[in-house]
Amino acid sequence: MGRILALTPLLIAVVFGGFFLWGLNPERDPNEVPSVLISQPAPEFALEPVAGVDTPGLARSDLTGNATPVVMNVFASWCVPCRAEHAVLTSLVQRDDITLFGINYKDKPEDAARWLAELGNPYARIGSDQSGRAGIEWGISGVPETFIIGPDGTVLYRYVGPVVGEDAVGKFREALVQSGAISREDL
Amino acid sequence: MIPEIGHFALALALALAIIQSIIPLLGANKGRLLWMQSARATSIGQLALVTVAFAALMRSFVISDFTVVNVVENSHSLKPMLYKIAGTWGSHEGSLLLWVLILTLFGAGVSVFGSNIAEALKARTLAVQAWISTGFLSFMLLTSNPFDRMFPPPEDGNDLNPLLQDVGLALHPPFLYLGYVGFSIVFSFAVAALLEGRVDAAWARWVRPWTLAAWMCLTAGIVLGSWWAYYELGWGGWWFWDPVENVSFMPWLLGTALLHSAIVTEKRDAFKSWTILLAILTFSLSLLGTFVVRSGLLTSVHAFAVDPERGLYILFLLALSIGGSLALYAWRAPMMEAGGVFKPISREAGLLVNNLILGVATGTVLFGTLYPLFLEAVADDKISVGAPFFNATFVPMMLPLVLLMGVGPFLSWKRADLPGVWQRVRFVAILSIVATLVNWYLQEGGPLLAHLSILLAIWLFLATLREWAMRIRLFDVPLSDSWHRARNLPRAAHGMTMAHAGLAVAMFGFIGSSAWKVEEVVFVAPGTTIEIAGFEVDFDGVERVRGPNYFADRGTLSVMKGGNPVTTLYPERRYYPIAESSTTESAIRSTLAGDLYASIAEPASEDAELSGAWTLRILYEPLVNFIWLGSAMLILGGGLSMSDRRLRIGAPKRKSVPATTTAPAE
Repeated sequence: MGRILALTPLLIAVVFGGFFLWGLNPERDPNEVPSVLISQPAPEFALEPVAGVDTPGLARSDLTGNATPVVMNVFASWCVPCRAEHAVLTSLVQRDDITLFGINYKDKPEDAARWLAELGNPYARIGSDQSGRAGIEWGISGVPETFIIGPDGTVLYRYVGPVVGEDAVGKFREALVQSGAISREDL
Repeated sequence: MIPEIGHFALALALALAIIQSIIPLLGANKGRLLWMQSARATSIGQLALVTVAFAALMRSFVISDFTVVNVVENSHSLKPMLYKIAGTWGSHEGSLLLWVLILTLFGAGVSVFGSNIAEALKARTLAVQAWISTGFLSFMLLTSNPFDRMFPPPEDGNDLNPLLQDVGLALHPPFLYLGYVGFSIVFSFAVAALLEGRVDAAWARWVRPWTLAAWMCLTAGIVLGSWWAYYELGWGGWWFWDPVENVSFMPWLLGTALLHSAIVTEKRDAFKSWTILLAILTFSLSLLGTFVVRSGLLTSVHAFAVDPERGLYILFLLALSIGGSLALYAWRAPMMEAGGVFKPISREAGLLVNNLILGVATGTVLFGTLYPLFLEAVADDKISVGAPFFNATFVPMMLPLVLLMGVGPFLSWKRADLPGVWQRVRFVAILSIVATLVNWYLQEGGPLLAHLSILLAIWLFLATLREWAMRIRLFDVPLSDSWHRARNLPRAAHGMTMAHAGLAVAMFGFIGSSAWKVEEVVFVAPGTTIEIAGFEVDFDGVERVRGPNYFADRGTLSVMKGGNPVTTLYPERRYYPIAESSTTESAIRSTLAGDLYASIAEPASEDAELSGAWTLRILYEPLVNFIWLGSAMLILGGGLSMSDRRLRIGAPKRKSVPATTTAPAE
């Protein structure tokens, strides 16, 4: 009995060592967030409009058949970075003629309505995802997240976090050019 | 030329380490005193050579010698001198050199100060210590040479990551390493004891000061890191359960368990194989920390430049040292005879529960830290384990430990009298409950767990003082008699009181700043007023200022309370053009009651920047300074215990001494 007990630490250490050896595989990047949706068709979902906001709701069918790629932004009134991102998105719509859709994620309709009334509403369509169900379909890891979706309903690009600051906006605009939503001269 | 001398010194140190790995061990087996004593010269020689190497690297940093790759990558000629020096250990290679320097420092320390330790044990211990330095010196020379040159030398360096340009960084790693690596000598003592097949009270007493020294440094290192995150990084918190924080915390938890189980080995000749196991595992966790930080195994906010080849080499060293020592343990531990017997209610049993809780808590932190890796390996799924897991598992485990900590010192060895203990503590128990209820009333409710924790912290504080007062018979006898008794009390007893009370004080800080923290994140334009925790904060605008190697946007906040000006805060957002990165310099008004903490982020948008609108984050963290105060008491307690007379005077006899203690004495 004592012998087995004394052997246990060694056995546990060996198991740990095995995992570590596996983890050292140079092709493994622990920081990478897998995005299964890239180059895949957008997931099925259909969301009601936000109560009290005069903007239609959002469903999978709205993402297909657009003339140019569209931008879909997941936002919430309780999310402070979204507030910062709002100005960037508004300027995309106003200056670059981007079609912007929104998913209002786990938000109270009255809070969302107040938020949009205060900051302005650049969204052509907003789906209210109070349960977070659509968020699961899209595999979002937090708010905000922003997707670019091609006219055939394929997810072309995903940006995690607020598109705020020179770096992020530069990256995002580059993705818009690549997907054909804006021309390179607009960069 | 000087870098080559440093490189050469490392190679010579490796040669000495190899000699020290073999000769003293052979001497101990054959009983040859001269061979055993050779470890003294070689261990001091190793320290001297590694010091030369370290000084050579530091010189390259100080004079900004850009022919050395490491200096180019981590320094800049315009950097303030303090950070040039601190840059020596800011990189993977440099910090590894510091690691080895401390390893040899502890080895030499045992040869110089360990004159009362039995020759054979000392020789074996130093040989084991030399195995470790052989491993790490070869690692450095083969994969991470800090003295690599480059030609042609660049005009200037790439600068050190600006987050690291802080006094906190200058001190945090050296202390952390002193702790981490300090446990190496305890590990070496444990392996030497296993080689000898013998653990007794004398062994426990010889190891104790080294364990205490390592534990104190580790405590200081962790606290400095926490302090640095809180004040410098602008994270607005002091602990984040980040993997790299966890790997420094695990050796601390297990080291704390070791300190307590070694008391039982010393006083009662029991818990022997358990103490040995703790000594091995504590250092194993330190090694694990080194491995995790440098291999890129887990995702963390802390990281060195990652290289899988290095990771593989460290894993190989880990397998050798941890696997080897645990195999030795599996072979030898069952042969150790059990020591003094004890009843379920006794000091021993109390310390046993302490060890079980600390052990399980360490296991929990280990599991939570490595779970993402396990899950990815088994199920190919990526998740991160964050604060909610640790708060839900670790915190509830600590509460019974704190309850027990209050009682433990009242228990006597072998068999304790529970009703008698209750009679002594019932007054402080009732007082704690009353104080908690008063606080509940004043706070108008609040989270239940927080109030329960407050109750336990008050209890721990009062019970600890009660036990101390009882020992010196405060108020039972005239004060001058109590003073006399206090002076005659072993320093270790004062140390325990100080450390236990320190934990209670730190707990007030932990609880206050987590449960009653107030946070506001707002957009502000000049003239905006924010009210937080009874303060009115006026935002007066942002101006551009220049520093030596950065420029900054500095906000001005006038803080008032009830219309009276309190202070002005200047949070900054700094931009370092050479390193091309930004840092947040928070501004803090610190009082014992709590910290008012302000930081500014970048402007909301280009338009907002023109109108002067900024994102402002203001926090009020009640009692947070109690954390630093309590931690200082923990370290001071360790120091008092280390200065105890019994650890300095005379050579303890190497035979099992029958314990004569009956009163609850240390």
